[in-house]
Amino acid sequence: MSGLVAVVAHSRGAFRLRAELTCAPGEVVAVVGPSGAGKTTLLRCLAGLEPASGGRVEVGGETWQESARRLFVPPHRRRTGVVFQDGRLFDHLSVRGNLEYGWRRRQSGGGDTHPGASEREAMILATAADLGLTPLLDRPIDGLSGGERQRVALARALLASPALLLLDEPLAAIDPRGRAELAAALRTACRRLGVPVVLVTHARGDVLRLADRVSVLQAGEVTASGPLASMTSALAAVPPEPGEDLAAVIEARVARHDDADLLTYLDFPGGTFAVPRLDALPGATHRVLVQARDVSLTLSRPIASSILNVYPARVEAIDEGDDGLPVVRLLVGDTPLLARISRRSRRELALAPGMEVFAQVKAVALG
Amino acid sequence: MSPLLLTLRLAATTTACLLLLGTPLAWWLARTRSPAKAPLEALVALPLVLPPTVLGFYLLLLLAPRGPVGRLWSELGGGPLVFSFAGLVVGSVLYSLPFVVQPLQASFEAVGSGPLEAAATLGAGPLDRFMSIVVPLARRGVLTATVLGFAHTVGEFGVVLMLGGNIPGRTRVVSIAIYDRVESLDYAAAHRLSLLLVAFSFLVLLLVYAGGGAGSRLRWRPR
Repeated sequence: MSGLVAVVAHSRGAFRLRAELTCAPGEVVAVVGPSGAGKTTLLRCLAGLEPASGGRVEVGGETWQESARRLFVPPHRRRTGVVFQDGRLFDHLSVRGNLEYGWRRRQSGGGDTHPGASEREAMILATAADLGLTPLLDRPIDGLSGGERQRVALARALLASPALLLLDEPLAAIDPRGRAELAAALRTACRRLGVPVVLVTHARGDVLRLADRVSVLQAGEVTASGPLASMTSALAAVPPEPGEDLAAVIEARVARHDDADLLTYLDFPGGTFAVPRLDALPGATHRVLVQARDVSLTLSRPIASSILNVYPARVEAIDEGDDGLPVVRLLVGDTPLLARISRRSRRELALAPGMEVFAQVKAVALG
Repeated sequence: MSPLLLTLRLAATTTACLLLLGTPLAWWLARTRSPAKAPLEALVALPLVLPPTVLGFYLLLLLAPRGPVGRLWSELGGGPLVFSFAGLVVGSVLYSLPFVVQPLQASFEAVGSGPLEAAATLGAGPLDRFMSIVVPLARRGVLTATVLGFAHTVGEFGVVLMLGGNIPGRTRVVSIAIYDRVESLDYAAAHRLSLLLVAFSFLVLLLVYAGGGAGSRLRWRPR
């Protein structure tokens, strides 16, 4: 594997960070955890911005850092693309000037290729178009909105042709509507770039939208790590955004469309979702979010119900949610699902681990 | 050389030396966490509070042919440092040092580490970062430092008098010439030179304020 392999050690005062992280090319690993857990420090260490850090960082077969050999490649020779939480755009340059900054330096530093001005223009225009920046190219930085700034920051990082992309809360400064849009742009960009991507965030929504794998960082240590779908319960440790609930993430495949009923059927390990007609080819995979408050439980299969999505499920565990209400962890086939219920329902249904129930899914959101 | 030309030459040479020496010093002061920072800052600010005569007096002792610096300088083949243009440059550089270093340091500190780190991750090395990020972002401070260094040297009197005396064409700058005329009761000539200095200083400042617009306003305060 030639992605990212890192063991990062850093201490500052009483705080100690010791984290192992791997990330395959084209994969997005989300590092989540409470604030103060060392998430941003971890990113800074990978980028070489913490010269006092130890450990070993290897990207694409190149060693950037190895304290045993006293090897420390400085940040400007690391080929990382970093999107900082606060953007950190260059205020004295235009949008275009910002986009060209890294591109110029990486091209001349690379040595083997010196594309001409026309090729540069083409690259910049293509990247700007992907991120909706074309009309902004000649604008100064100080008139841009938060979302525009983050898109410029992302384009600037992408144009520096990084071997490792590091995203520090890239969606934090953006309003909820722009967030979905930028998340989509980010996902496309990550996939196209084909390099390891490390995403640091404390927003569960970012994880669900972007990540392939999740590592939970607590007090400087990775306490859990795995593919997104298997991390449903670990993600419960991540605080939700306002208006967002606990959710299970399920990778589903478009099985078929039903044009008469205006429905699309999505297969997942454990069953089939019926969702309003999608514009997607059969066989395409979709990330589906099922919020805990949209799942209700019954002891027998409902006979007549307007809810289409009903699945036999087994109760794995019952947790206390952050609002004191029970959150039931279920397994539908191999797929974990969360249900938020009332205390009274829990008592009246006499729910206990191991019980067989039926889960009704009222709504399914596409990630 | 006329007092006016000599003054301009001295101010220009001094400003060039100050920018060359003051920039790395100000950069270091802006970025360091070394315990040597506070004493160095105090040392740089010293000419702000000392009477120029004190500075001139010690420089005279140091730079004189038998003084420690003067002797070393002549052993290295240098010309005399007192009562010479070279001596005036040394004195002016020290005297105007805070007027260049302090605004530079303040503007370097204002740039912060954020843009520099971003530039580093985009492949810019240390010198590249300084030239492409720090200088443009700190341009107001650089401009302020240049103008203040120049103007302060033009207006200098005490250090020149102590160190350079009043040698026509070599050390008689405008401020000394004015003093000289007043001493000999030639008030008309003193007026001419004084007015010239007032007009020149006003013009320089006007150029800075008007040319740069509101953005380049001198915002320097002694700290």
